[in-house]
Amino acid sequence: MSESKNMPPRTVPRFSATFDPFTISEIQRSAATGIYDIRGAGTKRKLPHFDDLLFLGASISRYPLEGYRERCDTDVVLGTRFAKKPIHLKTPVTIAGMSFGALSAQAKEALGRGASAVGTSTTTGDGGMTPEERGHSSILVYQYLPSRYGMNPDDLRRADAIEVVVGQGAKPGGGGMLLGQKISPRVAKMRDLPEGIDQRSACRHPDWTGPDDLEIKIEELREITNWEKPIYVKVGASRPYYDVSLAVKAGADVIVLDGMQGGTAATQEVFIEHVGLPILSAIRSAVQALQDLDMHRKVQLIVSGGIRGGADMAKALALGADAVAIGTAALIALGDQNPDLAAEYAKLGTVPGAYDDWQEGRDPAGITTQDPELAARLDPILGGRRIANYLSVMTMEAQAIARACGKSHLHNLEPEDMVSLTLEAAAMTRIPLAGTEWYPGKTGF
Amino acid sequence: MSEALFNHQTVDLRKSTIRDLNTVLQSEDVTGSWEVRHPDGRHSIAVGLTAPIDVTIEGQVGYYACGMNQRANLTIKGNAGPGVAENMMSGSVHVEGNASMAAGATGHGGLLVIDGDAGARCGISMKGIDIVVRGSVGHMSGFMAQSGALVVCGDAGEALGDSLYEAKIFVRGEVKSLGADCEEKTMTEEDLDILRNILEKSGITEYDATTFRRYGSGRRLYNFHVDNASAY
Repeated sequence: MSESKNMPPRTVPRFSATFDPFTISEIQRSAATGIYDIRGAGTKRKLPHFDDLLFLGASISRYPLEGYRERCDTDVVLGTRFAKKPIHLKTPVTIAGMSFGALSAQAKEALGRGASAVGTSTTTGDGGMTPEERGHSSILVYQYLPSRYGMNPDDLRRADAIEVVVGQGAKPGGGGMLLGQKISPRVAKMRDLPEGIDQRSACRHPDWTGPDDLEIKIEELREITNWEKPIYVKVGASRPYYDVSLAVKAGADVIVLDGMQGGTAATQEVFIEHVGLPILSAIRSAVQALQDLDMHRKVQLIVSGGIRGGADMAKALALGADAVAIGTAALIALGDQNPDLAAEYAKLGTVPGAYDDWQEGRDPAGITTQDPELAARLDPILGGRRIANYLSVMTMEAQAIARACGKSHLHNLEPEDMVSLTLEAAAMTRIPLAGTEWYPGKTGF
Repeated sequence: MSEALFNHQTVDLRKSTIRDLNTVLQSEDVTGSWEVRHPDGRHSIAVGLTAPIDVTIEGQVGYYACGMNQRANLTIKGNAGPGVAENMMSGSVHVEGNASMAAGATGHGGLLVIDGDAGARCGISMKGIDIVVRGSVGHMSGFMAQSGALVVCGDAGEALGDSLYEAKIFVRGEVKSLGADCEEKTMTEEDLDILRNILEKSGITEYDATTFRRYGSGRRLYNFHVDNASAY
């Protein structure tokens, strides 16, 4: 103590906002390994999001519906434009595409069980359709991806809808990855790849480029499936107005728009954090494109990327979407990030809530793994129940908001039911800033 | 589809639609040999077939002719547009003219024979199909090809077999350049047997298997490593 008395006062350690601790650790890790960081999940940066919108609720000029007595319907029909057999979901929240390979068979089964219990759909992913997920999913959307791993016409015919994947929100313009730890014998066989390699999926489709080709490709898929299946086109949010317009032109029945908060099984950190748009900024442009083409509600719009609960779903619908899709939230509902697994996360150098090394295949929750022992930890029946519970809660939350706004169907929610809390949200959504009737770009204040 | 048309087993695409054609060719009880007249470059001709029938298409076809074929044997008496026999599972497709880009793309099985030349990306992401081109193939052919064999009796364009997996590529003529991780391999007796078998079932008797060279994956890019970054 006597020493410190003799020392002059010193500044406390101050971290740089530019070279913050994470940035410094990334530079150090890059220098040590010579490889960019690859991880799962979506962007972790703070972005304008649905939290920046609020519903107004009813007042003298709007009257609400009675919460436990008056109906607020939730169903949605997808694929009404061209498909002979559109699909009918009881709730406008679906499970986004996630592959067997990225996820364990148990996780895929649980997602199918949960979604089926509440009358909604699940989606395959890169790697093809497994009998388990077809068997446990009453409505299954089959992804048609650039890699065409496991693609065969029998599965196309077994599907209830086909989703042509052009891109995804976590990596618009990027192909898939599945690192060697997860290329198990079964995954390798399904994808016709050697075991243990770092699998790279193509970023472009092998036999078409551009919207004119896409139109012909969609026609081929319809011809092979007797024009029965709704054809979705999924794009990562980057140029939503033009991408939606071109997808409509190409003949899509349904468009899936995925923001950068959407998860991935494995992608470069730099890609996840620096490419794409937050979903909040993309929805209004997509809806505008549909309206300009007189296709709003004729070509259905599904949005995804950071949907966490019924409020997010209600806001997306109020902005003009027909349905939402969830991926990361569904995995959390299954047991990802479970605090009970803190000790095991610690062994992986992380904590519950921050685990994102899904590419390593060592998930203690048994979800993002192909390790038989880890995967066996996930009970697909219990997992299915958790998914069903979560989807039900989302639906009830959205209904509660819709009733408060006086809406007898979730699709009756509209932009005028909301206000923006930030200038950014107001600019992106053209929803007026709270307390005003103004948004950036609108004359007058 | 009228009964008369069904009995004649001939479909004239100036009188019938693509939907009519595919409906009858995809039907569960279809049998025998079929002739498609006046294809006139239309797209999606004879796609998604599942029965072991014979189909002859009398002329040029557009995109994705014979796509996703299962068990049928089809002959195109003309040129083919992009993606002919794409994702074929089994059966055979014979193009008597030239084929555009992405011929046999992602095919899982069966045999595609092209009498003329094939454009860019022939055999891209192939997964078990055998493709034989009597003429030459364009650039990036065999890109990310996973399994099966690509046999080129003529020359190959730039970046042959780029990012190749376990497909085997045989070329009789010149190769302009090899793609990332594709290298010439020693032709083994097993390779010669594979090649001879493919040539025989393709009806090619004028070329001896020993006059081809074989290319395969160097397997250096199978796992990420910083030392390989310049290969991409």
